[in-house]
Amino acid sequence: MAEKKEKTPRQAMPEQDPQVRRNNFDEVPLGYSPETAQLEASRCLQCKKPSCVSGCPVEIDIPGFIGLIKEGDYSGSIAKLKEMTALPAVCGRVCPQEVQCETLCVLGKKGEPVAIGRLERFAADMAREKGDQTLPAAAPKTGKKVAVVGSGPAGVTVAGDLILKGHDVTIFEAFHKAGGVLVYGIPEFRLPKAIVQDEMDGLAKLGVVFELNQVVGRTVSVDELLEEYDAVFISVGAGLPSFLGIPGENLIGIYSANEYLTRSNLMKAYLFPEYDTPIVRGKNVCVLGAGNVAMDSARTALRLGADRVRIVYRRSREEMPARAEEIHHGEEEGVEFYLLTNPVTFIGDENGRVKSMECLKMELGEPDDSGRRRPIPIEGSNFELETDLVVIAVGAGANPLITSTTPGLEVNKWGYILAEEETGKTRKPRVWAGGDIVTGQATVILAMGAGRIAANSMHQYLTWGW
Amino acid sequence: MFKILEREEMAQGTVIKNVIEAPKVAARAKPGQFVIIKANETGERIPLTMADTDPKKGTITIIYQVVGKSTALFKSLQVGEGYQDLLGPLGQPTHIEKHDGLVICVGGGTGTAVVHPITKGFKEEGNEVVAIIGSRNKDLLILEDEMTAASTEIKVCTDDGSYGHHGFVTDVLKTYLEGDRKVSLVVAAGPVPMMKFVSKMTEEFGVKTLVSLNSIMIDGTGMCGGCRVSVGGKTRFTCVEGPEFDGHQVDFDELTQRLSAYQQMEKEAMEKFDHDCKIGLNK
Ligand SMILES: Cc1cc2nc3c(=O)[nH]c(=O)nc-3n(C[C@H](O)[C@H](O)[C@H](O)COP(=O)(O)OP(=O)(O)OC[C@H]3O[C@@H](n4cnc5c(N)ncnc54)[C@H](O)[C@@H]3O)c2cc1C
Ligand SMILES: Cc1cc2nc3c(=O)[nH]c(=O)nc-3n(C[C@H](O)[C@H](O)[C@H](O)COP(=O)(O)OP(=O)(O)OC[C@H]3O[C@@H](n4cnc5c(N)ncnc54)[C@H](O)[C@@H]3O)c2cc1C
Ligand code: SF4
Ligand code: SF4
Ligand code: FES
Repeated sequence: MAEKKEKTPRQAMPEQDPQVRRNNFDEVPLGYSPETAQLEASRCLQCKKPSCVSGCPVEIDIPGFIGLIKEGDYSGSIAKLKEMTALPAVCGRVCPQEVQCETLCVLGKKGEPVAIGRLERFAADMAREKGDQTLPAAAPKTGKKVAVVGSGPAGVTVAGDLILKGHDVTIFEAFHKAGGVLVYGIPEFRLPKAIVQDEMDGLAKLGVVFELNQVVGRTVSVDELLEEYDAVFISVGAGLPSFLGIPGENLIGIYSANEYLTRSNLMKAYLFPEYDTPIVRGKNVCVLGAGNVAMDSARTALRLGADRVRIVYRRSREEMPARAEEIHHGEEEGVEFYLLTNPVTFIGDENGRVKSMECLKMELGEPDDSGRRRPIPIEGSNFELETDLVVIAVGAGANPLITSTTPGLEVNKWGYILAEEETGKTRKPRVWAGGDIVTGQATVILAMGAGRIAANSMHQYLTWGW
Repeated sequence: MFKILEREEMAQGTVIKNVIEAPKVAARAKPGQFVIIKANETGERIPLTMADTDPKKGTITIIYQVVGKSTALFKSLQVGEGYQDLLGPLGQPTHIEKHDGLVICVGGGTGTAVVHPITKGFKEEGNEVVAIIGSRNKDLLILEDEMTAASTEIKVCTDDGSYGHHGFVTDVLKTYLEGDRKVSLVVAAGPVPMMKFVSKMTEEFGVKTLVSLNSIMIDGTGMCGGCRVSVGGKTRFTCVEGPEFDGHQVDFDELTQRLSAYQQMEKEAMEKFDHDCKIGLNK
C-alpha cells in the first residue's frame, strides 16, 4: 500500500452526449486536446523493451511516437507512425486496443494502460488538421510491378509497404471508392469517411495507383494480372452475407448487414434525397446477432429515426462477441438487448413487408466447440415479436467470385484462400493473399498485420526471386 | 469519367440509347451480361444490360427506359458528358449453343434491348432464331431494325394494334409453341408480368425458358444479397448467379414485391428532381 503518490490517471476522451448523438451521424468520441494528449503521453514510461509493441501486429514504435507527442513534436510523431502503418487515423479509432497493444502495456499490470489508440488518433488528426503532408521517404524505383486486389486494410498495407520499397503498385478495387470495410461497413459516426479518404489520398501521393470499378474475376482475371505484374496480392475481404435460411427472409425490410450498412455508409442513404440511394427506415427495428457489425447496424438504425432498436441474440449477454466499448455506446444511446431469443419465421403483410418475427426462447446448455455455452430452443416457447425492419448480422463468409475464377488458387472447406501464415504465399505461384479472405472476418489491425507479412515476402521475391 | 459518344432518344423520349466509351468492359462483355453505372457523386448504382458492344471501337451501348430519378438524371447527360462510374461486365453470360429446334427471343418494351445481344449471339451460333418484340403502341417500339438483323425471323406486336400483330407477345409465342416446328428454347426479357406469363405458357408446352431478371442491386458482386430472388425454392443472387434463371422456377410474385421496396422514396426523389430541374438546380 505504501506506494508512490497518485500518478496522472488515464485521460478520458470527451464524447458527444448520447441523447444528442443518437440523432446524428457525427463522430461519437471527440478526440484529445493537445494538453490532454501531452498529459496522457507523459504517462508512458518509455520502456527500453516495450512490451506494448509486441501486441501490435504492425509493430508500431509505440514509445517512439508517444515520446514525440509529449515533446510537442506532432509532425515527428506522425512521421514515426507512418513508417509502420498506412492507416494511423483509422487504427487509432477502430483497433480493439484492449486486446492488442494496450493489454500488454506494463502500466496495465497495476493500473490502467497508456491510451495508445487515442494518442495514435491524436497524432494523425493533428497532422490532418494542420495539412501536414509529411511522407515517408521511398527507396529508389526497382522497376517491379505489383497488383493488389481489394483496397481494405490488408491491401493498402501491402501497397504502402511496397511503394516505399521502390516497387510500382496498382490497387484494383471493385467499388467506386477505396477503403474496403472502412468505407462501406464501419459507420460514419465511428470512422468519418473523410478520414479514410485522406489516408487513401496519402497513398496516392506516394504513387500508388487506384483502379476503381474493377471487379477482378470479371473485368480482369488474376491470370491476366500476372501477365502484366510481377506479383499479385489478394485481399478481397469476407464479402459474402450470411442469411438464416428461414421462411420469409426475402420480405421487404429484411436486410443483410452488408446491404444495410453499404446503403447507409458507402451510398450515403442517410442523406437521402440529397443522395439518390434509398433505405428502409424502420421505426421498430430488430438486429439479429450481437457482434460489432450488429452494434453498428443497431446504432445506424437509431440514427435513421427508429423509435426502438433491439439486438436479438440467441445466447446471453456474456457470449455477445461485440467489443465492450461498442455495447456500452449502444446501450447509452438506447439500444435494447433481447437475449436468448431466436427467430424461426418472418411474417409479412399483404404488400410483402415484414411485420413480425416468430421467435423461440432459448436456454444455455453445455459449452460447444467455441467454448461458449450452446443455445438450446425451449420447446413450445414460440411467440411473435413485432418489427418493421430486420438487419441480419450473423457473420460473413468468403465471396467465391475471385476464387472460382482463378485456377490454382486453393481454398479451405469454407472457401477461404489457403495462404502460408509466415509469408502469405498461396498455392499459386506469384500470388499472395491476406486479411479476411484468408482468416474469415477478423479486425483491421490483423488484416494489416497479414499485409505486412505478405509485403515482406513479396519484397524478398521481387528482390531475390524467392 | 465514362464518356457518352452517341446519344439517341427512342420511343418518344421515354427510352434513351447511349454509346459509351469503356474499352476494358467492351473487350470482354458477352451476351446476357450487364454493367452498373453511377452518374455522379451523389448518384445511385444502376444496373443496365449491354444492348450491344463494339470491342474494336471500345464502346458499349446501353438502352434504358426513363422510369425514375436516376434514369431521368441519365437522360439529362449529353454527348461529351459521361458517367462517373461504370463497372462490368457483370453476371453470367447467356449459355449460347446450337439447338436443333427454334430459339425464340421475346422482348417486351425495353426488354428488347436486353434480348438483342442474346438474339444476335444465338444467330451467330447457327441457330434459327425467332424474335418476338412488342410494345404498347407503334411509337414506343424500339430496335425493330436491329432485331430484324439479329434474328432469322421477326414478329412485331403492339398492345393497341397500331403496328404489327394486334396483341401481346405471348399470343404470338403461342402460335409457335402450337406450330409444327420444334421449339428448343425461349428467352424472355421485359416487364415482370410479361416474363411470368411467358414462363407459365412455355411450361405447359414443356419448353425450356430463360428469363432475365431485373432485381434491385447495389454492389453487383454478391456482397450484399439485396438482389436475391427465389428460384426453385432456393435463394439466389441475381448479380452473380443470374441475371438469367429458369423461368419455370422463378418466384415472380416475390420479385414484383421486392421491386416495390422503395416506391414511396422513388416518388419523393423524382418529385425533388423535377422541382430542382424547374428552378434550374440541375441542368
Ligand atoms: C460493420 C463492420 C464493423 C467492423 N468494425 C471493426 C472495428 O471496429 N475494428 C476492427 O478492427 N475491425 C472491424 N471490422 C472488421 C474489419 O473491418 C475487417 O476485418 C477488415 O476490414 C478486413 O480487411 P481486408 O483488407 O481483409 O478486407 P476488406 O476491408 O473487406 O476489403 C476488401 C476490399 O476488396 C474489394 N473486393 C472484393 N472483391 C473484389 C474483387 N473481385 N475485385 C476487386 N476488389 C474486390 C471490396 O470491395 C473491398 O473494398 C468490422 C467489420 C464490419 C463489416
Ligand atoms: C441485370 C439488370 C439489367 C437491367 N437492364 C436494363 C436495361 O437494359 N434497360 C432498362 O431500361 N432497365 C434495365 N434494368 C432495370 C433498371 O436498372 C431500372 O429501371 C433502374 O434502376 C430504375 O432506376 P430509377 O432511379 O430511374 O427508377 P426508380 O425511381 O428507382 O424506380 C422505378 C422502378 O424501377 C425499379 N428499380 C429501382 N431500382 C432498381 C434497380 N437498382 N434495379 C432494377 N430495378 C430497379 C423499381 O422497382 C421501380 O419500379 C435492369 C436491371 C437489372 C437488375
Ligand atoms: S495500430 Fe492498433 S494495435 Fe497497433 S499500436 Fe495502434 S492501436 Fe495499437
Ligand atoms: S509498455 Fe506502456 S509504458 Fe511501456 S512503452 Fe509501451 S505504452 Fe509506454
Ligand atoms: S447486388 Fe449485392 S449481392 Fe447482388
